[in-house]
Amino acid sequence: MRNRLGRINYRQIHLQLLPYYFLAPVFVIMLMFATYPILNVFYYSVQQYSPLTVASNGFVGIQNYVKLFAEDAVFSQSLLVSLKWVLVVVGLQFVLGLIFALVLNTAFKGRGFVRAVTFAPWALSGVMIAILWSLIFNQNIGVLNDLLIRMGLMEQPIAWLANPSTVFGAVATAELWGGVPFFAIALLAQLQSIPSDLYESCDIDGGGSISKFRFITLPFLKDTIVLTTLLRAVWEFNSVDLILVLTGGGPMNMTSTLSIYLANVAIKTSNFGYGSAIGVITFIILLIFSLIYLKLSKFAEEN
Amino acid sequence: MANARTKRMIVRTIVLYFPLTAILLYILFPIYWSLITAFKPDSDIISRPVSYFPPAFTFNNFIVAWNNVGFSNYFVNSMIVSASVLVGCVVFAILVAYPLTRFQFKGRKVVFIILLCTQFLPMAMMIIPLFMIFKSLHLIDSLASVIFATIAFKLPFVAILMVGFMSKIPVEIEEAAMMDGCNRMQSLFRIIVPILLPGIVAAGSFAFIYAWKEYLYTLMFINSPAKLTISVGLGAMMSEYSISYGLLAAGCIIAIVPPILLFSYIQRFLVQGMASGAIKG
Repeated sequence: MRNRLGRINYRQIHLQLLPYYFLAPVFVIMLMFATYPILNVFYYSVQQYSPLTVASNGFVGIQNYVKLFAEDAVFSQSLLVSLKWVLVVVGLQFVLGLIFALVLNTAFKGRGFVRAVTFAPWALSGVMIAILWSLIFNQNIGVLNDLLIRMGLMEQPIAWLANPSTVFGAVATAELWGGVPFFAIALLAQLQSIPSDLYESCDIDGGGSISKFRFITLPFLKDTIVLTTLLRAVWEFNSVDLILVLTGGGPMNMTSTLSIYLANVAIKTSNFGYGSAIGVITFIILLIFSLIYLKLSKFAEEN
Repeated sequence: MANARTKRMIVRTIVLYFPLTAILLYILFPIYWSLITAFKPDSDIISRPVSYFPPAFTFNNFIVAWNNVGFSNYFVNSMIVSASVLVGCVVFAILVAYPLTRFQFKGRKVVFIILLCTQFLPMAMMIIPLFMIFKSLHLIDSLASVIFATIAFKLPFVAILMVGFMSKIPVEIEEAAMMDGCNRMQSLFRIIVPILLPGIVAAGSFAFIYAWKEYLYTLMFINSPAKLTISVGLGAMMSEYSISYGLLAAGCIIAIVPPILLFSYIQRFLVQGMASGAIKG
């Protein structure tokens, strides 16, 4: 930092600090609205804290966690519902997304338009998707009951979203609709990067469509499949809007994922200490997940 | 020959046209159903058998939803929030993308990893501490709380997207400008930003759509009915004791229009953004 005459070169220091000047405002924002709140969740999780019962607020140690794991049946149920939700929804979205991508990768007239239509649900929020599907599942005015009765598959209309045996499937179907575009877009992008001469040489070797898919398409898609599935699993684990609007987690907590349970505790009971303990558990689960993701994506090495 | 052609036709129908029709029906039907429900008079909505094409059209649901239910108000609030988030995200994303694409510096990798990791943050976990912060800032029940929280939450995605756009602009252009006596700031705003404009519009559209979709923060931070955004307004309608399905459908269609219009513009960037890891589902 000193020049030939031994003087400190302020201009040189200034130049080296330049990137940090640019990042500073964002750093402050993230510190205020991301880092600090996360630390706060850990702090509140060892407190009894509710804005409604100020008198009894205070430090309670690990009591919230003990209560969660030892006494709270809804919590353990929510863990299971979360697992089921992520597995079912991500699995179905992936399979359907792959079919969409394979079909959209074929050449046909009007492909651009069909592609745009297929991707459109991406632009809609969980609330909008919930309303679109509530108009289909509704017991009285819903179109699903009407179709099934007309086809002779059913005699009495079903309240799809209130019936414990159908609610999970119904909510998952709505979420599926909203999530398929993500997989379709990602897989299609990867499909288009496969060199076409690979398929041609497979043709020459007399390989059929199935061996083409098995030996060329799948190996090329492998990395994308792993990463998109992991990312999607995280988002589905965190997803709140659609379930909250369609069922609120009910009936009988059948659709109460961990995120829904946390949102309900925060919004309905204002039990912030207890809710924060659930938040910490959520955070730890996601931390493990994101470490696996980072490791698999090799993101850190590329940059 | 003719036989082979027929066989190819049959195969193409089975592997292409049949699944294609199924896909289009699956994607379009829910939107179509909401659309015709919105245009049906109430008597038609509840009448049996269900009519798949409305015998009578009415604009009444849209007029009532807009004027009487409060959707005009929700719409304006959503516009204020989404436009503010757009501006905030774009400005901050440029400030992040510029050093990441133009300088080698200590901590560059860390910034990247932090940007990527925010994708994993559970929103549900954030509502309690953010509520406490905004309460101490006296911003509860003010749209500013939703705007700040959404900018912080969506900025990383927009920033990753912006890095992708900015890295395509050659450094030489700037070097030439600086040779001619431009300083850093001048070169950023006079040289980079104008070239970056299409990318800025795309990244801004993403920010706008993300903000338009936002639900949980508004639900937690806003109490006054007059300050609700369109998502929360719709959600509140769903939980009412007696729902008018025509009004609900009309409200939903009103809410869908802006993001779908923007989407038709940015859908070509979707694949690109997906590749850089910036697209949230």
